[in-house]
Amino acid sequence: MTLLDFLNFYLVPGIVLGAIYAVGAIGITLVFGILRFAHFAHGDMTTLGAFVALALVGTGMNPWAALPLAMIITAAIAIGVDRTFYDYLAKRPKIVTVMASLGVALMLRSVVQVVWGVDPTTYASGIVRPNDYFGILLRPRELYTLGAVALIVVGLELFLRRSKWGKAMRAMSDNPDLARLSGVDNRKVTMLTWAIVGALCAAAGFMLGINTEVHSMMGWHLLLPMFAAAILGGVGRVQGAVLGGLVVGVAEELSVFILPAQYKAATAFALLLLILLVRPRGLLNGKVL
Amino acid sequence: MALLDMKDVRGGYGDADILQGVSITVAEKEIVVIVGPNGAGKSTAMKAVFGLLNVRGGQIVFDGDDITHWAPNRIVQRGICYVPQVDNVFREMTVHENLEMGGFLRSGDLSAAYDRIYGLFPDLKAKRRNLAGDLSGGQRQMVAMGRALMLEPKLLLLDEPTAGLSPKYMEQIFQITRDVRDHGVSILLVEQHAKQALAFCDRGYVLATGANRHEGTGQALLADREVAEMFLGG
Ligand SMILES: Nc1ncnc2c1ncn2[C@@H]1O[C@H](COP(=O)(O)OP(=O)(O)O)[C@@H](O)[C@H]1O
Ligand SMILES: [Mg+2]
Repeated sequence: MTLLDFLNFYLVPGIVLGAIYAVGAIGITLVFGILRFAHFAHGDMTTLGAFVALALVGTGMNPWAALPLAMIITAAIAIGVDRTFYDYLAKRPKIVTVMASLGVALMLRSVVQVVWGVDPTTYASGIVRPNDYFGILLRPRELYTLGAVALIVVGLELFLRRSKWGKAMRAMSDNPDLARLSGVDNRKVTMLTWAIVGALCAAAGFMLGINTEVHSMMGWHLLLPMFAAAILGGVGRVQGAVLGGLVVGVAEELSVFILPAQYKAATAFALLLLILLVRPRGLLNGKVL
Repeated sequence: MALLDMKDVRGGYGDADILQGVSITVAEKEIVVIVGPNGAGKSTAMKAVFGLLNVRGGQIVFDGDDITHWAPNRIVQRGICYVPQVDNVFREMTVHENLEMGGFLRSGDLSAAYDRIYGLFPDLKAKRRNLAGDLSGGQRQMVAMGRALMLEPKLLLLDEPTAGLSPKYMEQIFQITRDVRDHGVSILLVEQHAKQALAFCDRGYVLATGANRHEGTGQALLADREVAEMFLGG
């Protein structure tokens, strides 16, 4: 196998997949860091976002033009889910909310299955040939995916570092009591967090859908790699989630060198166990779970 | 009339009353210190002022308003800022961002406020881009005080600002506290270093088991034999 073959058949697909995991993992890490629970409905919220985009594409929109709109709609849905379910449990032990999120996961999936059915579908049909960039083969959708992820990560980082409410979110993650003493409105930060998380879910779901296919279990299958990525990078760290996502994505693609291909999905699990054993706070020193 | 007038306050975190009748007043531009043994309820008394306690009896009047049952964010806006005993900075934010969070409720140009804080704490100016969690204990305490001062409060509550600091830093924190007072801010602080704190304050209170035990000027309390035996090691 030549180096180019390695790049084109293993590394590039791994990076594309990892970039998608990264977007999902950022959402998980934000919920954990700011709202302090493990959000098990994250995968199915991703599915829902993918199907919202599908509905928009069904009206004749170009898929990539539908993405921003799908992100906004899913953001609103995420705020609604919080208001309807999690908000009532805010004063209870967090494990109650974790369990409730598992219920929300099943519920969101059922909604998707009732509305759109259980058969896999796609945003656009037809074979797309990759373009050749100095020997590296990339399909336009892969290029757009990497570009969109870069835009999302840079935009989110700028928001968190520079804007008043981004800093409020970081403050809430850092020291919630002190944030409240400083006059930060917990409810507003919670709402903002869900808006961002919902938008990220839609982006991850859409990008997975456009690079593979759209089906009602797609998000559920993302849950393990996304959590593995978030924990690998260090829970509560946006940059950690990006790093973790890329590591998990590439590791899954490379796993075929040592494992039969059907064990690809177990790679995330193995990585998760490994990091919990050797460096439980993740690569970038996240919060203790 | 006193700026803060806390009268016979009773209350606690849950059902049990930790405070069994605490009365404290702070006048304009006064430095008042609360001393007492561990677990006496000093921090709890301070939290009561800041609206973090279930107050079941008594009254807290600040600057003419009865704030007894106000929420903390309303109290902040009314002009009281609070520096907790522990976890009083945003560790993963820079020094400057900590100050920005202190000024979260303010709008408009805050550059004059930053200049004022950096004037009070010259050490912080050089470290403004450092993470607060990476600073020494003394500097972290300065960040915590700076954050609280960003809202230009009338009354500053400081819970054990010198805990764990070297004598050099303790002296520095006391000096800064005086400077802050000279800017027109009244100060109520809890101190473990009873002797030094009583020597430096205007008035002091001795709390024990959730109630007032002694009060008076710092000098009078230092001279009091009973206080000396109780807390000052004879
Ligand atoms: N958050 C809390 N919840 C319940 N009880 C508390 C809490 N904080 C302090 N206490 C109790 O209140 C009493 C007084 O504590 P505190 O005010 O912190 O004492 P001091 O500051 O004088 O050392 C102690 O018995 C302590 O156990
Ligand atoms: Mg205390």
